[in-house]
Parts: sequence; C-alpha cells; structure tokens
Amino acid sequence: MPVITFRDALNHAIREEMQRDDRVFLMGEEVAVYQGAYKVSKGLLQEFGEMRIVDTPITELGFAGVGVGSAMVGLRPIIEFMTWNFALLALDQVVNSAAKMLYMSGGQFNIPIVFRGPNGAALQLAAQHSQAWESWLVHIPGLKVVAPGTPYDAKGLLKSAVRDDNPVIVLEGEMLYNTKGEVPSEEYVVPIGEADLKREGDHCSLITWGKSVLVALQAADQLAKEGIRVDLVDLRSLRPMDVAAIVKSVRKTNRAVVLEEGWEVCGVGAQVVDYIQRDCFDDLDAPVLRVTQADVPMPYAKNLERAAKPDVAKTVAAVKRVMYVE
Amino acid sequence: MATKVFMEALSPTMEEGRLVKWLHREGDVVKSGDTLAEVETDKAIMELVARGDGVLRKRLLGEGETIAVGSLIGVIAANDENIDALLGGAASAAPIAEPRVDSPQATTGQGDAGERLTGGTERATASPRSAGATTPASSAHDRPDAVPSITPAATTGVEIGRAKTSPLARRLASERGIDLTSLQGSGPGGRIVKRDIESVVPSESRPGVPAPSVAVPSPIAPPAQAAPPIAISSGGDHTDVALTQIRKTIARRLAESIGPVPTFYLTGEFDMERVADMRSAMAELGDGYKVSFNDIVLKAVATALLQHPECNAHWLGDSIRYFGRVHLGMAVAIPDGLITPVIFDAHAKRLSEIARESRDLAARARDRRLKPNEYTGSTFSVSNLGMFGIDDFTAIINPPEAGIVAIGAIEQKPVAVDGAVVVRRRMRITMSCDHRVIDGASGARFLQTLRRLIENPLLLVY
Repeated sequence: MPVITFRDALNHAIREEMQRDDRVFLMGEEVAVYQGAYKVSKGLLQEFGEMRIVDTPITELGFAGVGVGSAMVGLRPIIEFMTWNFALLALDQVVNSAAKMLYMSGGQFNIPIVFRGPNGAALQLAAQHSQAWESWLVHIPGLKVVAPGTPYDAKGLLKSAVRDDNPVIVLEGEMLYNTKGEVPSEEYVVPIGEADLKREGDHCSLITWGKSVLVALQAADQLAKEGIRVDLVDLRSLRPMDVAAIVKSVRKTNRAVVLEEGWEVCGVGAQVVDYIQRDCFDDLDAPVLRVTQADVPMPYAKNLERAAKPDVAKTVAAVKRVMYVE
Repeated sequence: MATKVFMEALSPTMEEGRLVKWLHREGDVVKSGDTLAEVETDKAIMELVARGDGVLRKRLLGEGETIAVGSLIGVIAANDENIDALLGGAASAAPIAEPRVDSPQATTGQGDAGERLTGGTERATASPRSAGATTPASSAHDRPDAVPSITPAATTGVEIGRAKTSPLARRLASERGIDLTSLQGSGPGGRIVKRDIESVVPSESRPGVPAPSVAVPSPIAPPAQAAPPIAISSGGDHTDVALTQIRKTIARRLAESIGPVPTFYLTGEFDMERVADMRSAMAELGDGYKVSFNDIVLKAVATALLQHPECNAHWLGDSIRYFGRVHLGMAVAIPDGLITPVIFDAHAKRLSEIARESRDLAARARDRRLKPNEYTGSTFSVSNLGMFGIDDFTAIINPPEAGIVAIGAIEQKPVAVDGAVVVRRRMRITMSCDHRVIDGASGARFLQTLRRLIENPLLLVY
C-alpha cells in the first residue's frame, strides 16, 4: 500500500471527488495560484482551472457565504479556511446559514458544503492562532464534524464529507500535514460517525480524535512497555459520535481517559465523559479522567507552550492514575 | 418479553428480604399482579407480586434464603423464550443488584450517621496498599460469618458506615456474594476497586445466592419464632442463631437511638383509682363497653399531646417538626421482637375506637400481617410492660420521634392521702425525652397534664 502524507491524502480526496462530480469546487484564500497555504491544493488549479479552484480575498465571512449560496443552488463547495482561527469571522455563515438552512426552509435547501482547514495549535503561533475549535462546532445541531488523525482517515472522511448532503466540518492539523501513513490507491471512503480502534487493549480506554491520536499512539506505546494495554478509540467523527464504540471499550476496560487538544471546560471530552457515566456507570472502576490544554490562552514562549499542551507524559500519567498504579 | 422478578422493597426501611415461601412452581403460568411469593421484610411477611405475564421460568432464590433488595430472584417469560442472558452466569445465577433507592425512607435516619461514620472509616483505612488488600477487616460488630450479606446496602451498618467502592467493584461484589465490609480498599481514600474484589480468594466468595447453612440440632432450642430461625452454629452450652430481618432492624434502629439521641427520663407515679372505677363501671354496661387500662392511657396520652405539641415532634437533624395531629405508636411484643403499629389521629378518636383499633393492630402484629403503612408515621410512642409485672422502666425513643412513655404495672400500694396511709392502685410512667427537642420543664408539664387526665378520666370525655 502506498505511504503518503496527510496533505497528499487530502489532495487526492479533493481531486478524486472533483473528477467524480463536476459540481464540486474548491474556494478559499491562496488555494489556486499559491497552491494552498499548506499545499493541500497543489496541482488542482492546473487540472481543474480557475472556475473550480477559486482564490478569494481575505474575507472569510464573504466567501463562506458565497459557498452557502452556491450550495443552495446545487453546487457542492469545499471551503478552505487557512486556519479555523480565521474561520471565527465566518461562523455566522457556518452556524446561522449552513447549519440552519435545511431546517428553516422546511427541507427545501440542502447545504452540501465542506468547511475545512487546520485546527488547534501548531508551534509558537501564540494565543490567537493556536486554538482548537471543535467544541464550538460540535455544539451546533445541523453540522457534522470530523477530525481525522491519519492520512487514511483524512482521505476517507473528506470524500464522505464532500458526498454528504449536509454541511460537514473537517478539522485538520498543521502538524498533521507532513505525517505519513498507508493509503490505498483504490477507491474507499470512511463513513462519518464511525470510530476506529487504533490499538486494542483491555486495561484502559484512551479516547481521542484528530491530532491527539498521534499523542495517544505514543502514550500507548510507552504504556505497553510497562505492561499496560490501552484500548485506543479514535473517534474520527465528533458529530455524530460513535457512542457505541466508546461504551464497548469502557465496558471492556472499566476505566477511561479522554484526551483532547482544546480547553477543558465544556470540551468535547466532557460530552464523552457524559456518555460514559450514563451508559457505563456500573462498569467503572475509577473516575474518568481528561487530559486537555491548560486553561489559559496559548503561551508564545516555547517552554510555556509545551507546558500548556496535552502531551504523552500527561496522558501516560492519567492512564496510570485511573489504573491506580503509581 | 421476559420480566425479571426482583426482591422488592416491601417496607420503607427494607434493605434485604428473606423468601419465606414460593407460591408458584417453575412452569406455572402467572399473570401480572399474581402473588409469587411470601417475603419476610424487616418488619412483616409481605406478598411479592408478578410484574408481568408469562410462565415462571426460573426461581433463583430458595425458600428461607435472604437477598438484598433489587436482586434478581426469578424470571417470568414465554415458554419458548431464551432466558439464558437474563440468568447471567447460568448455574451460578448471580443476582445483579439493581439498587432501588426510590423509597426515600429507606435511607433516611441512617444516612446521616452512615455518611458521618464513613469519613471515620476512610481515615481508618486510609493506609492504602501496604495494609494488604486481602486482609479482611475484623468487624466491629458480631456479624456471624454465614449470614449472607451480599450488597453494600445490606452492610450499611451504623458501626461501619458506607465503604467507598467503585461502581464496578460494587457490582462485582454483589455478583460474587462478597461482603464489602470485609475488604480494605486499595484505591484513593480507601476506595474498594476491582482488584480488591479479585484478590478475594475464591473459597471466600460465595457464588450467587449463598445457601443457608443447615440447622444443626442443638441441646438448647432457639426461641420460638414466627419464621423458623436459622441456627448457624452450636456449641455445648450455646446456640448461635442467624439474625432475623426484624432483629437486625431493631438492632440498627435502637443503636441509632441510644447512641446519638441525648435522652433524659422523667418518672411519675399516677393514681389509678378513678381509672379503675371508670373501667369497672364501663364493663358493667356490657362486653361492648370493655376497655383496657392501656386503652385509657393511650387516649390520655393522645389528649395530652394535643395540648403539648412541643412533645409531639420529630427531630429532623436541621429542624424540628411539631405535629398538630397525634399518631400514636403502640409497641407490641411479637414472638421474635417488637413492632410499633400506629393509631392515626388518636387525639380525635373516641375511647371505643382506640380500644377496637389497638386490639386489632396488636392481633395482626402478632400474626405479622401488618402493612408497612400501619407501622410507620407515628409522632410519639407508648410502650407498656405492665402486663409483665414491671413496676417501671425506661423505653428507648423511636427516632425521629422526640419522646416515648413507658407504662408500668398497676399495683396496690400504701400511700399517704390527707395525712393517712391508705392503699391505692398506682401506676408508674416514665417518659424518655430527646433533649434536643424536649426540655426538662416541657416534658414535666406534659406529664402534669397526663397525670391530671389519668387521675380525672372524666376529662377525657370533656
């Protein structure tokens, strides 16, 4: 199986879906001539031309709205945000137009649109550009939200997102774009709403998604050396969420740690914990713990940023705590 | 659609029940509402009814066996329905406790003490792992080993308090019949966790419903009881008998009382001449007018309480509830303990009504056929040991009530009346007062009123 980068996996997904359906187009800042701020759209302008690969001014609210309008009249736009930090300006279109139109039009207007871009912190981008937005987006009925952590899942989920008749948020990661993984050359999709067991173990469930999957995999490796077998549940989709997979894992291991990039308060992990306490109460041998970013704006200083982010050491410590070791 | 049969909370304070008798065999067709079994609660023998239609496919609890409220004791299902899944570990038939705490009274009264003591227990067991997870903590109270105690609810004793336990460990302990109070938790703050349950060596665990030990013939016969007691061991000069439900409840409740309730006692000797005269006069009117001394005392106490609401009260921990009505608890001795049926609105009832009701309640109490609502809800109680020739005694308050009066025997005594010694019929009454509610003077004033009523019984019809 070919090994490609996360960035190329996304590129292939867009290319294949544009070849498959001529209603699909890509629009955003620097997507065409510059080939994408993170080179996700490399080569697409040359292949599909400027009618389908559209550069926009720096107007997030504007081009998100153009996207929603075009979806209303039958196109299937992919809107790239250079980062989800910039997409804050476009949230009115995402939340009030895209997510609500089907409902408020009494079912007349599907909005088959994809909003995608990097989410969460990279390195030393400071407080305004280092934020994980999933809890804001997952909160909204009418949106679907996916957060792949591997090239395979990125390609499969983006293809599902493009084919979905509803607005789908795709949360990528700047630090993920260069990561590599096996991606089959033949056609496949990853269904939205299905979690994936990235590691199988019977000692502790470690539940995460998106970029944190990398952290979780390293934590699982380290714990395995100490004889602790982690059941690593990669949610992949945050809305709809695969609650059955969470419950199945926790019933097996009797303990859980939820790892996420964002802040603790009202984070997506809090929702995961709620499902666990509701459906696995009698299966729990320890309180569920969460590993999150420190409850502060992301520091710029390298050492402070490192201290604020959830990492392998914090994850390992949390797993050991719910295992009652150390 | 299969229906699980659970041990239900058939009395407000019931935490476990003993299955006295199944009224249907496996294979019998039963309808919702049919009586399936007779169950001995902490107070009485009650009927357990079917909650669904079908065939009683499985009886999981043997007659005479005890199990916690919420435990699975049977399955009703269609004839051809596969019920293996419901039976869990099949042969072991581990009951999955689904603790029912929908009856609020079930925990009131002891919750307070239990929670408080939990803190102490935690501190005591806080020395975590070094203590060794398998060391069974010696029970502070004499819990005979063979008494199956399979849920934390059942072991929530005043002396021990609630063991902190993870939900999983609680479930596993219940399934395996492990007494949580015998374990020392190795988790944070002494929490009992899965590994503590698993460290219990298999021989100590009792899979599923423990079988009651066979009663060993003993030179010393255990006291006669309504439901046959389970003798659990026997030596040359003694017989150990498993606690009945009611004996357990009495122990728990009375310990609760004598411990935290600051009690003081007031005693008075009452002249009973007029009461005796009244009683004879009424008896002469015919059998229909016969009343007992006790009936007259009950009537007098109820009347006096109406005038002294400061004594007709419940201690609620952070408040005191004074009652405008008198629901009089009446302690009745029954073969293996006592029970306190209630004469509701006793203050508003005529002597004849009180007489009729007390006779009926006492008779049914001795047959253990009282319903829970007939022995709960009293505001004040009366205990009478006069018929045993007891001159005077102190009764233990029935919490949350604030007082109880203990009635002694009526005896002829020489007393000085107007400077001359004469023989009069006299009766001693001792009132136990919860000092948190009743002060010395207020209790004394109540007894003053009571004396006036008893020594002038015509006031009872005034």
